[in-house]
Amino acid sequence: MATTREILQAPAREAAAPAFDVRRIREDFPILKQKVHGKPLVYLDNAATSQKPQAVLDAMLRFYTQDCSNVHRGVHLMSERATQKYEDARAKIQRFLNAADPREMIYVRGTTEAINLVAQTYGRSHVQAGDEILITALEHHSNIVPWQMLCEEKGAHLRVAPINDRGELLLEEFEKLLNERTRIVAVAHVSNALGTVNPVRRIVQMAHRLNVPVLVDGAQAAPHLKVDVQALDCDFYAISGHKIFGPTGIGALYGKARLLDAMPPYQGGGDMIASVTFEKTTYNVLPYKFEAGTPNIAAAIGLGAAIDYLNHIGTENIASYEHALLTYATEAIGQIPGVRIIGTAREKAGVVSFVLDGVHAHDVGTILDNDGIAVRTGHHCAQPVMDRFGVPATARASLAFYNTKQEINALAEGLQRVKSIFR
Amino acid sequence: MSELDALYQEVILDHAKRPRNCHTMEGADRRAEGYNPLCGDRFTLYLKLENDRIADISFQGTGCAISTASASILTEMLKGKTLAEADKLFDNFHKLVTGKSADGTEALGKLAVFCGVSEFPVRVKCAILAWHTMRNALADDRGVASTE
Repeated sequence: MATTREILQAPAREAAAPAFDVRRIREDFPILKQKVHGKPLVYLDNAATSQKPQAVLDAMLRFYTQDCSNVHRGVHLMSERATQKYEDARAKIQRFLNAADPREMIYVRGTTEAINLVAQTYGRSHVQAGDEILITALEHHSNIVPWQMLCEEKGAHLRVAPINDRGELLLEEFEKLLNERTRIVAVAHVSNALGTVNPVRRIVQMAHRLNVPVLVDGAQAAPHLKVDVQALDCDFYAISGHKIFGPTGIGALYGKARLLDAMPPYQGGGDMIASVTFEKTTYNVLPYKFEAGTPNIAAAIGLGAAIDYLNHIGTENIASYEHALLTYATEAIGQIPGVRIIGTAREKAGVVSFVLDGVHAHDVGTILDNDGIAVRTGHHCAQPVMDRFGVPATARASLAFYNTKQEINALAEGLQRVKSIFR
Repeated sequence: MSELDALYQEVILDHAKRPRNCHTMEGADRRAEGYNPLCGDRFTLYLKLENDRIADISFQGTGCAISTASASILTEMLKGKTLAEADKLFDNFHKLVTGKSADGTEALGKLAVFCGVSEFPVRVKCAILAWHTMRNALADDRGVASTE
């Protein structure tokens, strides 16, 4: 798939794209207009959750004011409309990830649930005592703990491929850890704590040589990069709606139909069945087999609207704008004496994680907040990454396409203020 | 004084940069660990007791400015105090940082520099961590004190 850098090096396409007007884009996000502690909000915590454009809020309100019904059940008109919109949104997610078939898109609450679903269904039916699951050292807790739980249950072993001092995966070490006992590979596409873009295509090629399926945690990639699950040839890909400008509580798991068909269901209940008697239940077809109970219909429709919005702006426009902004932020923050940037991979997306000499990240966060600047401070649900770099916590500025150079300047000024307080 | 200046008072910054009684202790009678998962503050507190009096006290660990200064000032305040006096200080300090009125600032002594914390609800846990840890140590509860 095309990396941000490759996209930047495609001048013909970029020239053809409409001008990227960040001021107009900001008008679409009502929340960005507010003041925090009397200062204009500078929202740089997009890796935690992104803000929602008015179009998403409108779509959800329209569902509740005009179409609110359950899906796949009623014969009445409103239920038909709700079902149509709900399934339209599924098809939008399918095209967004370039999956071959909407049956391969399972609605879930988010990336965490998607990974747990695979661990509890595919994992439990394929992993046995002595087997191995291979992850990397830069994973979010949600791509560590479900596998640890599975390993504990089965007597299997979790193997962790190391990263270098830049925060890049050591591919040759990763390949050495792959073996005939490996049952699943699970890797982040983009690291939430460091911003590293993993070479997923090559990881998949290595794993497939040994017929090992690969799950990709795409939570931090989908907001920044064009994702193409067929080009990656990964077996599972997980995303969260709220990281791509949609609502919380909705996400999607892509899985190859061949694998999903063979997997046992995740949860039992309504909608996931074809027929039920007390003697025997037959399960529904894909994707419904994995969708027990009334789903988060409004959020699914909201996610569909978020994808429409992203398509309208253009994933490639977003990637090139953000790449320039990330370069600017890295220079602006990195040149401040006493700042050390954690995570300096050659391929990065969306994140500047850093520590400031002699000042704990939590104090940095409080002082920046006082200036209206929202960053994340702490271990970012990636404690092993913090341990790897020997820091208890970092401050993390994470970008979206509605951020501006002026906001990066405000962050740099805020950090000078931190330094003057802790002089 | 702005809210931020009230939080990061000179005394707090001084203790954060040069924490007092910051070392492990040989032959401590009591020892407890405190952990704040939100920002990763982690301290071990050591105590030597003589009857009902705190003869010596120290701490070791890493944390943000507020939690480090709080631990440092706690050790200064509690050295030589009786257990009853320590309990009373804990109550007053708790009231101060959670915005309830304490029994006059004279009862707080140096702890009054933490008056700004109550305006920063997410930082209350940082300020109170060492105090919870001290209580656990006195209760001889060897588990890890947590602010969660």
